[in-house]
Amino acid sequence: MAQSVSELHDIQGIVRSGYGSLEEAVFLLLRVTDATAAKAWLGAVSGGSSPFAYRVTSAGDLETRQDRALQIAFTAPGLANLGLTEAVIHEFSREFYGGLATSAAIAEGRSRRLGDLGANAPTNWLWGAGADTPDAVILLYANKGGLAALLAKVKSDIAPGFSVAQEFPTTNKSVGDGDRLEHFGFIDGISQPVIDWKGVRNPGAADVLEYGNLISAGEFLLGYSNEYGLYEQRPLLAPERDPAGILPPAADEQGMRDFARNGTFLVFRQLDQDVAGFWRFLSAQVPASNGTTLAEAMVGRKLSTGDPLVTQATPGIAGVGPDPDDIKDNGFTFYSDPDGLECPIGAHIRRANPRTADMPGGKQGLISRLLRTLGFKHGPPREDIVSSARFHRILRRGRSYGAFDQANGPVGLHFICLNANLSRQFEFIQNAWLANPTFDGLSGESDPLLGNRLDFPSRHPSSTFTLPQAAGPCRRIANLPQFITVRGGAYFFVPGLRALRYLAQVGK
Amino acid sequence: MIPQDTFMVAAPIRPGAKQELCKLLASMNLQAGVADPANVLVPFGNFATLHFARFVILDDQTLSDLAAYNESFDDAPVYLVFLGDCDGPAGPLLATIAREAGSGLQKIFAHCKGFEPNIGLLAWMRQHSLRPAANYVNYVGRTVHQIREEAVLHSALIGYIASASVGEAPTQLHARLRQAVRQHGPILTTAQPAPVWFWLRQTLGELASGLLLLAGALLLLLTPLILLIPIYLYLLRRHELSDPVVPKPPHDIPSNQYVASLASIEDYDLVNQFSAFGNVKPGWFRRVTIVFLLFALNFANRLLYSRGRLARIGTIHFARWVFIDGGRRLFFASNYDRSLETYADDFVNKVAFGINLVFSNGIGYPRTRFLILDGAKNERNYQNYLRRHQLPTQVWYNAYPGLTVFDINRNANIRKGLESDALSDVEIRQWLALI
Repeated sequence: MAQSVSELHDIQGIVRSGYGSLEEAVFLLLRVTDATAAKAWLGAVSGGSSPFAYRVTSAGDLETRQDRALQIAFTAPGLANLGLTEAVIHEFSREFYGGLATSAAIAEGRSRRLGDLGANAPTNWLWGAGADTPDAVILLYANKGGLAALLAKVKSDIAPGFSVAQEFPTTNKSVGDGDRLEHFGFIDGISQPVIDWKGVRNPGAADVLEYGNLISAGEFLLGYSNEYGLYEQRPLLAPERDPAGILPPAADEQGMRDFARNGTFLVFRQLDQDVAGFWRFLSAQVPASNGTTLAEAMVGRKLSTGDPLVTQATPGIAGVGPDPDDIKDNGFTFYSDPDGLECPIGAHIRRANPRTADMPGGKQGLISRLLRTLGFKHGPPREDIVSSARFHRILRRGRSYGAFDQANGPVGLHFICLNANLSRQFEFIQNAWLANPTFDGLSGESDPLLGNRLDFPSRHPSSTFTLPQAAGPCRRIANLPQFITVRGGAYFFVPGLRALRYLAQVGK
Repeated sequence: MIPQDTFMVAAPIRPGAKQELCKLLASMNLQAGVADPANVLVPFGNFATLHFARFVILDDQTLSDLAAYNESFDDAPVYLVFLGDCDGPAGPLLATIAREAGSGLQKIFAHCKGFEPNIGLLAWMRQHSLRPAANYVNYVGRTVHQIREEAVLHSALIGYIASASVGEAPTQLHARLRQAVRQHGPILTTAQPAPVWFWLRQTLGELASGLLLLAGALLLLLTPLILLIPIYLYLLRRHELSDPVVPKPPHDIPSNQYVASLASIEDYDLVNQFSAFGNVKPGWFRRVTIVFLLFALNFANRLLYSRGRLARIGTIHFARWVFIDGGRRLFFASNYDRSLETYADDFVNKVAFGINLVFSNGIGYPRTRFLILDGAKNERNYQNYLRRHQLPTQVWYNAYPGLTVFDINRNANIRKGLESDALSDVEIRQWLALI
């Protein structure tokens, strides 16, 4: 049975909000230099009353408008450096403690699966590859003009315990009522899953026959039941490991304490965008619109407004609306455009969230359902290739970096996403949907924005983009150059507030 | 039409020979786990009717699970298996392989118990052959030759279409493309039908299985034997509720190192191999159940699922289920598209009932209800079960890397459309969209 999420004061606010109203942000990659001092600061900012002018912002704090926010997350080595035992860390999922681009992760093929090859390969990264994994990341947000002071204060406060390995300033450009643009000119983060905070959904074994955007809390928060009605693998501690009783009880195992409850995993990837190269290539292909129409086809949405290219609205999608803007932006599926005539099959938004239900065909009779389950009744070959979307969603919290509309310096996106199962959510989307040259029956093309354009397997190109045409053969754009390059990244764990307090006293 | 056939040779490895054998097998590979088609030991690429082949060492990782049933299998042999899927009868192909790759195979099988160079390789391999209890072929009758030819056709048509003039009428374009293929290739051939005896053997086999299943069903439903059904269900539930859950957490989670040994040889291609090995639950009840279910599955695969899809799954090229040690253990092998994550996602979300039917009779499987419910729906436990029972495939050969089932089926439809004479404009447009 799904429960409601009531412990908002134990959840870091970033799970609930991307802090869109806080215009300024900076991200700090940290290394622990003195565990005792680091833990002292951690305890101070995660307690009820912080001696500093700031503390770790909780989802509960967001009930009132905040003019600043601080969030913190740790990599597996970071948790170890604070004194959490390896045994506990190994109870996290393999992907988390194995890391995004450690030598072990590369050896087992993670980079191959994520498309981090060629120019994207960890050997070319600015940070995060091999042993260069940071211990922690601090995300700082503030109102316009408020960040510099907060940053200076935080940096001086953490100095006894942490060194700053990287400091990532962010930039932003907004349109309309605060929609944030990324550097190619599209609105970023326009489609997000909605967390089922109230626990109204109760997914279990039965198929969900319609696409929905309301997703179980357990997909984004550890310690809650997920879309399978199950709890993710995570560290549960015997009570004697938590004598002070700081941690919450585990919901699925009586008597155990849950270190990960109200926490989630954060994927951080630094993505350089070649804006000039993008528009140069596109306008050469479609001079009439200076490349705009092709860019929109590659994304699946209109430039600046974010309107989807799919024209037919699907009313009543759970978790979409009632805000009319949300209905305009997200009240659709791709079942109304099976051949990709409006929105190409390989468009970025179609790959990133194919808006599929558990079974094509929707709600029909019991017999039809049985026949479809057994495979005796099905539509065209393409109809049932893509997995059901509800098991593969992520919350995106990225911010841009580099000056907008200027030709100097690298620009890009600090891609940040949250999920409870790195393998089934972030990695699956990246591997099976974005990087996959055969997504939804295509061949020879990977994500038009993110693709690394390398042959896969050898002599099979992945650098094409096709636009299906009603009148005849697909329009085929060959030899797309690489527009986005991965420059760094790591997997972090975002602990709940009580888990932060537990970390602050661990090993004492 | 040429139906497909399979071969599999299984022989216990001499004690202490595993490490050396692994080294020898690794020498056949381009990349860890991916065979060099021209390797000197068994140059798979020379055998034009061979779709997939592999060498796997069946070193059971789960024998300790037997303890939960108060059983043990201390002298369990570690097998080397060599298996392949081919066009037409496997017997003659095996003979060809034995002839052309004889010295390589002798080197390999020299690591097996009782292998002596002077007994004759082919006879020895035949002696150690195992037929699958159930077999799956994605599209019965589609040959390696056809798959390759049609892939070339697809690429060629992309090139011919690129020179299409704007506004060219569909019928005109179709005719022009046909003309281009006639002039510049590729040449499309029609396969010689399989030998009559082979076709007859296959058909008679299907017919006999069908009649047997039908007779059994009638006997069960129309005679007092119908009373066996509630008794069976009662026994089934008793087993399902009392079968021990093994292994106990946290030992149900495969080690990082073991998963790395599996994952490190995956995803070098759009197609991957999967090999798994485990113990059937002890006792007559589970044994009878799994023998019957695999018999029925084999029949369903031949009759109902021979045209591109296994229930809702359209990503499996070939698969087989083989009893080892007289039914005590079961070996499963498949060739599937994309990564293990997507494969497992399909199992859990699309065909959990089917996976449950067979594999819930094996030790260590997540608990089922009435043979089809729950089981793989317990996604977390199922993922652990999968990796724990999976074995590294030491050598794996794919005759057409980079081609998924979807690609192959699409290419076949492209050819069909090209060769059709009277297509309407609408049909031609649909056909053009395939290219």
